[in-house]
Amino acid sequence: MKIKKLILEPLFKNNPITLQILGLCSALAVTVQLKNVLVMCGAVIMVTGLSNMSVSIIRNYVPSAIRIIIQMTIIASLVIIADQFLKAFFFEASKTLAVYVGLIITNCIVMGRTEAFGMKNPPLASLIDGIGNGLGYSLILIIVAVLREFFGSGNLLGFEILTLAKNGGWYIPNGMMILPPSAFIIIGCIIWVFRTKDPSQVEDN
Amino acid sequence: MSDKKSSNEALRTIFVALSLCLVCSIAVSVTVVNLKPRQDRNKDLDLKKNILSAAGLHTTYEEIESNFSKIKIAVVDLERGQIDESIDPDTYNENKAKTDPDAQIVIPADIDVGGLVKRLKKVKVYLVQESGTLKQVILPIVSKGLWSTMYGFISLSDDLNTVKGFAYYSQGETPGLGGEVDNPAWKEQWIGKKIFSGADKIAFKVAKGAGKGVHQVDGLSGATITANGVTNSIRYWMSDHGFGKFLNNLKGVN
Repeated sequence: MKIKKLILEPLFKNNPITLQILGLCSALAVTVQLKNVLVMCGAVIMVTGLSNMSVSIIRNYVPSAIRIIIQMTIIASLVIIADQFLKAFFFEASKTLAVYVGLIITNCIVMGRTEAFGMKNPPLASLIDGIGNGLGYSLILIIVAVLREFFGSGNLLGFEILTLAKNGGWYIPNGMMILPPSAFIIIGCIIWVFRTKDPSQVEDN
Repeated sequence: MSDKKSSNEALRTIFVALSLCLVCSIAVSVTVVNLKPRQDRNKDLDLKKNILSAAGLHTTYEEIESNFSKIKIAVVDLERGQIDESIDPDTYNENKAKTDPDAQIVIPADIDVGGLVKRLKKVKVYLVQESGTLKQVILPIVSKGLWSTMYGFISLSDDLNTVKGFAYYSQGETPGLGGEVDNPAWKEQWIGKKIFSGADKIAFKVAKGAGKGVHQVDGLSGATITANGVTNSIRYWMSDHGFGKFLNNLKGVN
């Protein structure tokens, strides 16, 4: 029951992107193609899960004066490891993701969870909470990427769905979808849908 | 009492910080060292794939190595326009040479249309040979686009004028506009075009709008500066300051 809650809550009720408005930078930058997003999401889930767990394991030994820098060190090490794995096993994707993998370090979701959850809860719960938040981030990124790749280039996962006019079909791609600002608009719409469904997410003025 | 406690506290802080750093650095270095060979192989295959695709020798990942074995790598001294046999192409590292001021030459501003400022004195080229005769020559071309420096290869057939293939392997132009330099349909047009008209006048360019004749390919709509960058890369690298002398020497041999 508790596990289910830890996984599901960050997906809809307390989504890091739509409710906490964290991690937007990479959500704008990497969502042109679904394939890259899936690789990116895998890396983020691994980092949020493992960093939350590692911080939780040592939480009783961490002097509070240096706790932030300790969390940062753990996160940075995990991100470097993730980046190295991508370069070795997903070379094409890691080439297009380039600097954004390294920037997972600065993704506020990761540190937000280690500070708010990992420092106070046991390792297993922290691992699941980290994975849940990674999944919440992934959910939004995947929605955005599906829309952007479909309308921006007529493809999904690189497979042609709509034949483009320039290749002899009928579909004229929406050029705006390829540019980062379109992700802003899509995320805005997703937030709108989430908050209409669940009015408790709307902030008081 | 409280003094002792606070000094204990400080010691503990240092101890925790040091041991964490130790654990993290071991984890990172073990990963890096173990994955390095695989990463190097990926980079190497990627470069070979790009060279082959510029040469129009399309290939699957499995066939890269066997196709690439037909290609001879040579290091060309651009000043003399000749292959420098004294350098082993397998050990010549261009990235390393780029950090060595002696290995580079400043490009005079008036001919530096590609916006490169300087270039290597000696550059790796790739020769496709069949039973000893030259079939294709694959040359690296570099120039500035709108946002990024674009790195690619162009392949010329044995008349050293007709384009056999062209591809960028690294560019950061606007996706959908300048990024269309990677569009396969656009790159297809290059095949069969001629670089030079007459003796050695460089005539090739990316047109504005539809390309006409054997010296032009279609423009990229909404990407004038990127397209100019592509034109300039040909203008510079095919000139005498680029590969011009080398191409002329090759012509003499063929």
